[in-house]
Amino acid sequence: MIQRKPILRVTSKVFMPFILLYALYVQFHGDFGPGGGFQAGVIFGSSFILYALIFGLHDAKLVLPSAVLEILSALGVLVYAGTGVVSFFMGSNFLNYNALAHDALHGQHYGILLVELGVGITVFSSMTLIFYVFAGRGR
Amino acid sequence: MSAHLPILQILIPLMAAPFCVILRHRDIAWLISLIVSLACFAVSLLILDQVLTQGVISYFMGDWPAPWGIEFRIDVVNAYVLVIVAAIGAIVSLYGRHSVNKEIPKNRIYLFYTAYLLCLTGLLGMTATGDAFNLFVFLEISSLSTYAMVSLGKDRRALTASYQYLVMGTLGATFYVIGLGLLYMMTGTLNIVDLHDRLVGMDGSIRTLQAALAFLTVGLSLKLALFPLHLWLPNAYSYAPSTVTAFLAATATKVAVYVMLRVFFTIFGVDIFEETGLANVLMIFAIAGMFVASTVAIFQNNIKRMLAYSSVAQIGYIMLGISFLNATGVSAGLVHLLNHAIMKCTCFLAVGCIVYRMGTVRLSELNGVGKKMPWTMGAFVIGGMSLIGVPLTVGFVSKWQLISAAFEADMMPVAALILLSSLLAVIYVWRVIEIAYFREPTQNTGVKEAPLSMLIPLWIMAGAAIYFGIDTGMTLGIAEIAADMLVGGTP
Repeated sequence: MIQRKPILRVTSKVFMPFILLYALYVQFHGDFGPGGGFQAGVIFGSSFILYALIFGLHDAKLVLPSAVLEILSALGVLVYAGTGVVSFFMGSNFLNYNALAHDALHGQHYGILLVELGVGITVFSSMTLIFYVFAGRGR
Repeated sequence: MSAHLPILQILIPLMAAPFCVILRHRDIAWLISLIVSLACFAVSLLILDQVLTQGVISYFMGDWPAPWGIEFRIDVVNAYVLVIVAAIGAIVSLYGRHSVNKEIPKNRIYLFYTAYLLCLTGLLGMTATGDAFNLFVFLEISSLSTYAMVSLGKDRRALTASYQYLVMGTLGATFYVIGLGLLYMMTGTLNIVDLHDRLVGMDGSIRTLQAALAFLTVGLSLKLALFPLHLWLPNAYSYAPSTVTAFLAATATKVAVYVMLRVFFTIFGVDIFEETGLANVLMIFAIAGMFVASTVAIFQNNIKRMLAYSSVAQIGYIMLGISFLNATGVSAGLVHLLNHAIMKCTCFLAVGCIVYRMGTVRLSELNGVGKKMPWTMGAFVIGGMSLIGVPLTVGFVSKWQLISAAFEADMMPVAALILLSSLLAVIYVWRVIEIAYFREPTQNTGVKEAPLSMLIPLWIMAGAAIYFGIDTGMTLGIAEIAADMLVGGTP
């Protein structure tokens, strides 16, 4: 039915890149403004959820199979923990970002960016995966 | 590297779990979980050694110093619990492969191992952390992965059991956070040692403190399944896959008991119990649990359910020991923590072997199983004897210590009740032995002994049940040091 609604299809197509871009803005500007990994992940995921709502779950899964999402959700955790492990091998305690760069200020900055990136990836993939699971029920 | 041991304990399983998801292969996932849990066990032994020789270990996350940052603080008490959890984790993953392949749908096995490793992370984290809120986070990690593991059971009722556990577990966790919030309101800190330092001068009759103690006690009692808050436990244990049951029965409730000890003795200190009378309330529920749950266990036809009710009764013994508020009592509780983990793990692993070969948990269908699976049932008998408290098994050590604590507290009737409730254990263990050995096999005549990869871990546990029943120097010795520390009030 929704296939015959051109307004919805076109509008969502137009919006999609902006949603993705906004998510990236929230992600990487999180250290200076409001935002961060969780919010960015939800926004990024919502664009795929919108796509699935308008074009159907089948098409969304062609773009982003659930196996890929599963791997991404694990990857985010690894990015987060891995950041901690790097500082661990630099001779400090786990998750001490100071060790990540030549001075503490930059170190903290990089540390937060990396950790939030991990959070963003996991939140995005988990949100989308939860939607897939619910939308795919009973098929 | 030895300075980083506390974080390695948590980090190894935490980082291995995502790899299980990424590699998406059941055998590789099993191998990862086996290597990781063995590594965790090694790390926990190193930590225990370090604590016993050098004293308390403290590790600051991100080098943020203690009351502000998150601290991992390991003394004899949690080093001891870490070894218990990690040892059971290693044994269960050694055992798990065949049982898991048979009981869990093929395409979900790698997810099972992921949840298993996360649960291990959560339980070890709860034990190692020195920050009360961080403890809540690890509690949620372990609980959420537990719900997922329970729901993987073959029986469809596993889903409702898991949901019931989710509701009760969430309630418990919420109560814990509410209690913690009240404490934070009074002290402005979340670090366990700092909480102790700030509470020590406060008047125990302040309403907020008492409310905090009440919320923490009820929340943790839900988690550790103290009678009458145990309602989630029988279903969760009966319908979860056998491997999961063995793991949970030996670790999840034990770690909750450890947290309760921390809250009672390290955060609040012994004095508040005399003011509030909480110890008497706990003692009544502990004794009621020993009798009611053991009696219910006698009437079960499902062997897993029977053992689950027996777990509720055994938790009664642990809490009874703690409610004496003397060092002997707490050491009895602590030593029973380990001993019950050993005996219940033995029993559930043996049941897992039976399920693997016969596909049933109904006692009425197990006629003569002792003749067909002598090694499995032999181990079960050792576990069952420990549940009763027969000399030369671990159960005897706990009961002996518990009864001496009752004498020390001048409570002769309680000592009599402990002995009386052991008789109930005789009845439900004997029922199984009678069916397994004294009845002729009726059906499933082609049943063979369980594979060696399941029997070896099973007999390691059964051997431990005997060994630690004879040589109590290590277990009871450490438990006594830990109990002295807790009751003595040194944080």
